[in-house]
Amino acid sequence: MFKQLQNNDLGNLEVTLDGCKILVPQGTSVAAVVLAQGLRSTRTTPISNSPRAPFCMMGVCYDCLMIIDGKANQHSCATYVKQGMHVETQQGVGPALGDAR
Amino acid sequence: MRDHYQLIIIGAGPAGLAAAVTATNHGISCALLDEQASPGGQIYRAIESAPATRAQVLGSEYQQGKTLAEEFRACSVEYFPECKVWSLNSEREVGVLYKDQSKIISADQVLVASGAIERPVPFPGWTLPGVMQAGAGQILFKSAGVIPSDGVVLAGSGPLLLLLAWQYMQVGVEIKAMLDVTPHSNFLSALTKFPRALLAHHYLTKGLIYQRDLKRAGIVSKMAVSNLKAEGNGELQSISYRHLGREHSIETGLLMTHFGVIPDIWLTQAAGCQHRRDSSQQCWRPQHNEWGNTSIDGILIAGDGAGINGVRSAEYAGRLAVLQALFSLGVISQAERNQQSINPRKQMRKERHIRPFLEAYFAIPQNMLATTDKSTIICRCEEITAGEIRAAVDNAHGDSNQVKYLSRCGMGPCQGRQCANAVAHIVADAGGEAISDSSLFRGRPPVAPLTLAQLASLSAENAS
Repeated sequence: MFKQLQNNDLGNLEVTLDGCKILVPQGTSVAAVVLAQGLRSTRTTPISNSPRAPFCMMGVCYDCLMIIDGKANQHSCATYVKQGMHVETQQGVGPALGDAR
Repeated sequence: MRDHYQLIIIGAGPAGLAAAVTATNHGISCALLDEQASPGGQIYRAIESAPATRAQVLGSEYQQGKTLAEEFRACSVEYFPECKVWSLNSEREVGVLYKDQSKIISADQVLVASGAIERPVPFPGWTLPGVMQAGAGQILFKSAGVIPSDGVVLAGSGPLLLLLAWQYMQVGVEIKAMLDVTPHSNFLSALTKFPRALLAHHYLTKGLIYQRDLKRAGIVSKMAVSNLKAEGNGELQSISYRHLGREHSIETGLLMTHFGVIPDIWLTQAAGCQHRRDSSQQCWRPQHNEWGNTSIDGILIAGDGAGINGVRSAEYAGRLAVLQALFSLGVISQAERNQQSINPRKQMRKERHIRPFLEAYFAIPQNMLATTDKSTIICRCEEITAGEIRAAVDNAHGDSNQVKYLSRCGMGPCQGRQCANAVAHIVADAGGEAISDSSLFRGRPPVAPLTLAQLASLSAENAS
């Protein structure tokens, strides 16, 4: 559904998306990266298990929630990619507190 | 981050940036808090990092943000990017989350420059993956150079839809159709506002040029479209709509919609500022005077968060609000405040000539604001339908907040940002009441979700 406008925007940060290693450009939100990778939905809802995808891209709708580095319910549109980041599609409310603290 | 500042500005869009520059020119201690990683807000998103070719497609209005961002970087404001503001109260205490540490800081004056959000207008299928807001499409383009690869249908109403279509066309995105829901009757109501709009003719000219270019490119454009529906199993596969009395459908994996923008009022609501229904802008906005003073002493508002007036107006409003803050702080005299406000006020008035025309022309039809289709999901988070909301209205005695308690609509992570307006309209419609100042959900802190660990980090901060 989406693509990177210029090939030289492909980037050099290595990120894991649902177990697959991908190269992504620096300074990009996780949501932009996963959409450009062709991911259709970023989570399923806790109520009816329906798939959802980023809707507003500005931190308002909370439909882009994903599991990022083990933490569930992270705003993928407001989280910027980092080298070695682990990003996963979230099912429902996600795993019980991945926050290890 | 200090515990106290003379001025705290919330938001780094045009209003916040201009305010920070003006404030620090007068030497006061000033902090600017913003949720994004770099200045610009939504309108000037990625203004410092967007490659020249991308900035060129985004247009001269976007590029104007560059100068403002440079002035901002050169000024002495304490800038806190990636900072979540989760509370503001009438004592001007601001709850923030910065580097995973919660903190309450205070100020003598607080300027809220929260900007706007896209007006959420529910329609059948709007929760399907593949349906997005047009602003989301623009953010993907501005910040990451990400564009649709297999075509897109654009639907809704308002200048942003036209602008996005034109920008997409420039970079070779296939636009399968432009579906405009603006009813013909809007044309008549906008006619009386047209003479004043001519004073801001450069906006009108730009719109006409975009329309001409799209037409020349052969892009299918339908006016007065109704019954918009997104359809598909688990993801968007097609859309359908009614035009000239006939049903049509288009196969598409991507639909971007736009129904105008409304002020982001969650923070001013949480602070207890009085809000008013603005029937012309079809939204609720904080009550304020010509200097940006809200109903609470020391809390000011500027930019689209105060009411939608556009990017240039926001910049001037930011400067005016800071002049008022400087006067309240005793830094400048009343005469100095008045003198320095003459130019920005004049510029701001000029910018606003176009607004009444745009508001009337692009007004969203009532049957879209208060949908009668019972199966349409209104609350995206809790998946509450229009039918469930209508069914709750009687027991809730026609009160939106009671509907919320009975149905759970507005109680999910977005805290009603996506459903509050629709619920207010549906409740008024179902109860046969007029929409009013108090039709909206009440807003309370925290205005953004926090984990208990993040909230608990407050006590560690206070003990240290």
